[in-house]
Parts: sequence; C-alpha cells; structure tokens
Amino acid sequence: MSGQTPIILKGEAAWREAARRLAARESALVSLWGDGGRMRAALRESDGALAVVDIACEDGAFPSVAAFHPPASRLERAACDLFGFVAIGASDDRRWLDHGRWPLRHPLGRVQAHDGAPDAYSFLEAEGPGLHQIPVGPVHAGVIEPGHFRFHAGGEAVVRLEERLGYVHKGVDALMRGASLERAGVLTARVSGDSTVAYGVAFARAVEAALGVEPPARAHELRGVMAELERIANHLGDIGAICNDAAFALMHAHCGILRERTLRAAKAAFGHRLMMDAVAPGGVAVDLAPDGAEAILALTRDVRKTFPKLVQLYDNTASLQDRTVGTGVLKAELARLYAAGGVIGRASGRDFDARRDHPYPPYDSLAFKVPTRRAGDVNARIWVRIEEVGVSLDLVETMLARLPGGTVRAALPAPGAASEGFALVEAFRGDVFAHVRLAVDGTVARCHLRDASWFQWPLLEAAIEGNIVADFPLCNKSFNCSYSGCDL
Amino acid sequence: MRNTLLQGLRPPVTEAAPGHDDPELAALAASVTEAAERALGRSLAIRHVDAGSCNGCELEIHALGNAFYDLERFGFRFVASPRHADVLLVTGPVTHNMREALKRTYDATPAPKWVVASGACAADGGVFAGSYAVAGGVSSVVPVDLVIPGCPPSPATLLKGLLALMRGGSR
Repeated sequence: MSGQTPIILKGEAAWREAARRLAARESALVSLWGDGGRMRAALRESDGALAVVDIACEDGAFPSVAAFHPPASRLERAACDLFGFVAIGASDDRRWLDHGRWPLRHPLGRVQAHDGAPDAYSFLEAEGPGLHQIPVGPVHAGVIEPGHFRFHAGGEAVVRLEERLGYVHKGVDALMRGASLERAGVLTARVSGDSTVAYGVAFARAVEAALGVEPPARAHELRGVMAELERIANHLGDIGAICNDAAFALMHAHCGILRERTLRAAKAAFGHRLMMDAVAPGGVAVDLAPDGAEAILALTRDVRKTFPKLVQLYDNTASLQDRTVGTGVLKAELARLYAAGGVIGRASGRDFDARRDHPYPPYDSLAFKVPTRRAGDVNARIWVRIEEVGVSLDLVETMLARLPGGTVRAALPAPGAASEGFALVEAFRGDVFAHVRLAVDGTVARCHLRDASWFQWPLLEAAIEGNIVADFPLCNKSFNCSYSGCDL
Repeated sequence: MRNTLLQGLRPPVTEAAPGHDDPELAALAASVTEAAERALGRSLAIRHVDAGSCNGCELEIHALGNAFYDLERFGFRFVASPRHADVLLVTGPVTHNMREALKRTYDATPAPKWVVASGACAADGGVFAGSYAVAGGVSSVVPVDLVIPGCPPSPATLLKGLLALMRGGSR
C-alpha cells in the first residue's frame, strides 16, 4: 500500500466472502468503517496485500462481519452508532460510542434528535458462588484517560473483565467532514496525542495517495526521525511506568529523565515537545532546526550510555521480575486472531510491523530488526519495548547521517476531481490505518483513522483473566492502549 | 550497580523554580480568580480529570513528576480520589459522555476547592468546539479558577500555573 491504491471489491457477495475469509483465518481484519450510505472493510491477505470491500447499506442494514469474526465487533458497533446502520446477525448489538448523552443519534447518517438522557448498559455477567463485581472508572485513580472497567472477581482472581469505552468521544469523524486539509490535519494530530507524528504521517500518506503527490526525499527522512523519536519517548515512558506499577520507582525516575531529554531534543529539533502539527500532506511543516541534528545525536549518545544500565537493573531485579514474568499472558493464538499490532502482538509471537511489512519511505530503504517474543506476558512486552528502543536509536542515527538536502514540502495540486487514498503506518503502539476521501473542492468528504488499540483493548480482557485484581494496573500499563484513539 | 544508578541522579537534574519576577507566572497569577485568593497553605492535593483530552495533556502532566520539574518539592501532590483533593486539574474539551463524571467528581471534592482548566481544549473546547459530542470548555460544566494555555501546556507552564494558584491564594 506504499502509495498504491488497494483493490476495492464492491457488492454483497464480496462482503460475505471477506467475512468468510476472516473467519477461516485466510485474511486479517485491518479496519471496518462506514462511509456515506456504505460500509467498508479493509483486509490484509496472507501474502501481505491489502484489499478493501465495500457494500451499500440498502435499507440501512448490512450483514455483520462480527458474526463470523469477533474482532470486528467494536468497529461494527461504532459504525452503527455513527451511521444508524443495523448489522444483521451481530451477536452484540449494544451501542458502543453512543452512551445516549449526545443531543442526537447517528451523527454521520440518518440524524435523529435525542434528549441526551443516558442509555442503560447491560454488562456481560458472570455467575458463581462468591463472585462479586468491582466497577472502576470512568475517572481513574491516576493521571490516565477515562474508561470504565467492570470486573467480576472471585476472591482476588479476575473471572471476567469487560471494558466500556467511548467516554472521550469528541466526534472527530463528523468534524472532519467538509474540513479543509489544514483543519483535518490539526484534528488528526489530536486523535491520540502520544502518537501525533504517526497519525500525521498516516493522514498525509493517505492524502498524498489520493492526490498523487510525492513528498521530497528530505521530508521522508524527517518524518522517519520524528516517528522514531516519538517511539523512543513513548517506550521509555512505558518501560518506566510499568516498573512503577510494580512499585519499582527507580526505573521510573531514570526512564523519566531519558524521556524528558527525548522531548527536549524534539523541541530543539522540530519546535514542539510532542512534534504536534509537524507533519503535513506533501511533506513536513517544519524543517530540522540548524542545531537540531546535534541535539538529537546528543540524546542518542546519552540514551546509549544510560539505558543499558537500566536494562541490566531490570534484568537483575528478581522482585520486579516476580511481578512481570508470567503475568497477563496473551496467548499467541488470540494475538493472531485479532491481528494485534505493535508491541502487544509482537510480544505474543505475531511478527508484524507495518514499517517492514507494508514498507513506506524512509523504511523501505532501511534494514532493521523487528524484535519479537513468544511468552506474551508483561515481561515480554517490556523486552520488546527495550529492544525497539535500540532499533529506533539506530534508525534515527542512520537517517540523520544520510539526510539529504532540499525542500521539505511538495505543493499539492489544485482540487479538480474527487479522489481517495489509504495508508498504513506503524505508530509506537501498532499500525494506524487511514482512509481519506476528498471531495471535488479539495475538502475532506470522509476521513477514517483506525488506531491499533481497537484490536488490543479486547485482548486485555483476555490477558487479565485469572490474574489477581491488584495486577490489573501492571497488565493495563503493559498494553497501554489509547482511549482517545479509539473513542475519537 | 546500585551506586552507578544512583549516581545517574547526581548531580540533581532538578531545575530551579521559576522566580517571582517570571513574566509567565505573573500573568497566570493575575488571572487567578478572586475565589482562589484565599489561604491555601503550602500544600495542594491535586486530582486530575481527563474530560475528553487527546492524552497529549496527560503526557505533560506526567512529566511534572520527573526529576527535572519534581512537582512534589513545591508541596503539590496528585491524589487518587477527589475526596482528598483541593484542586481539580481538568484536561480536554468536556465531552457529553464525560460531563456527568466531571460534575460528580467536582461534587465529591470537599470545599474549599479550585478548578484548573489545563490546555486549549479545557479552555474553550479548542479544536473540538462545536462538535455534537462536546459540551465545551470546562467552565461550561464546573466553575473554573484558572486557565493554563497551551496545546499541550508544557510542564514548565503547568508548574507556573500551579504556583500562581498557590501564590495567588496566599496573597
């Protein structure tokens, strides 16, 4: 999909065949979304090719994919909330994003006024002697995004966890409709703030595919540098925070220093600590500052010097390992079924990284290792992050060493015809999928952004089963799914 | 190993506190509402509420705890329950789906209490203003004593805002 348009198959037969292939594990689900009066699904075939199927929702209904392939369920429920479609045959028809608190129903489809009175929500049940429920959230105890976790516990052991999300739903898809590319870019950068660069690249690549624009070589490299800095900063933060949730504050303190230095290097190089709004369709919005390369290289030297000692500390602290090894195991089979991206999939043996498997510049001309583990526990997720920090340091240094001169942004052509584009980009927590459809006047007709967390959140429910309630923060942090990225 | 690691924290990387003459701090202090201009003492318990943020603000609030800013040296600490809090630090545009949760968190916070709206979205809905899913800035749901600007506000700005609240409160 590096700049190419995937095959789009239309009609009910293609849609049903896609559901069959997903159920038979012949394809993996990439995304599923509504667009006007239609539903669409993107699939990754076993040979790595991407295909899009498209079905008109006559009478506002379509055959449920989730009925055959459970990973589609939440995406399908979200699309039904936004468009007012009915997924025929779906086993779970509860509303997902719509809690009944909006002044309307189906904002992107058949709009109906609503009084904003909240809907009741029936959580799945678990029955047995001595079982009790623990409701947690949406406001949590830490500095963290809001969501509701409903635990059924037997003594200390979690029997069932069910998540209810949607609390930070901001109506991004509706705000995108009719937006200029500039405004859509600003919204994209704020879908999930921790992945602002990756989202920027995904959006830009989809727009560039739609318009047939090729960014200058220097822009590709700078996007890569930013994306890897983002990955390093987030992984450092997560490694420290996971250890902190096991009450090992020293790792957190040291990782916090390295993370802060990464953000300061990003600020020195690109003018913003999180590099928000730095990527734009056509290239990048900011060129590397004159002393930016040196700031970044000073950072990589510092991390290379300090981080190995922290890794050794992690590896040698038995009391910490006691908490992380064997905790929150995600089975390889489930990771495969859900096509779980990022660290979560790779720590459970799913060897997939969009940078390598759907190569796009600058990664298509870089050789790098994709670390994996098989154990699927908290420890494995820490180790994958640790190794990815090393890979990203190598990538950053290589890209800076070979950084070409020249301009950083190609002009976009004047609007003329409706067009659409797709992109798949590797964020720090996994692959981000983007579909952008442009209207004749060059504004955005539809923009669908799918965070990796859509397929990771349900797996947290599985990974926590049988663990003690007190280990939930540890497991949750080791997943570190995005709330805002899914709630949109 | 232990010594090596502790040496990594020496000399302290913690940075000097912003001076009384810091213009950004002065501007923030001037904007603290009169309601907050009461004795707050030298310790503030903060309860963070994400009412719809993109999580960018949360990253920078987390950074306040790192060794560079070391929030706790000023007497601030994050608490796990609104019942223990003096200050609600609210981020994000308030989504309709979070509106009741924010209101109930505010109601659960014992008086005297102060609300800080942190970031462009918390100020007035930011880039999400006007959405069917968004109620607006924090002040559309609970009274706000101080707005800290930025997208997201940097840890340095957040720190100045909180200091402004404390100093404004003890004037």
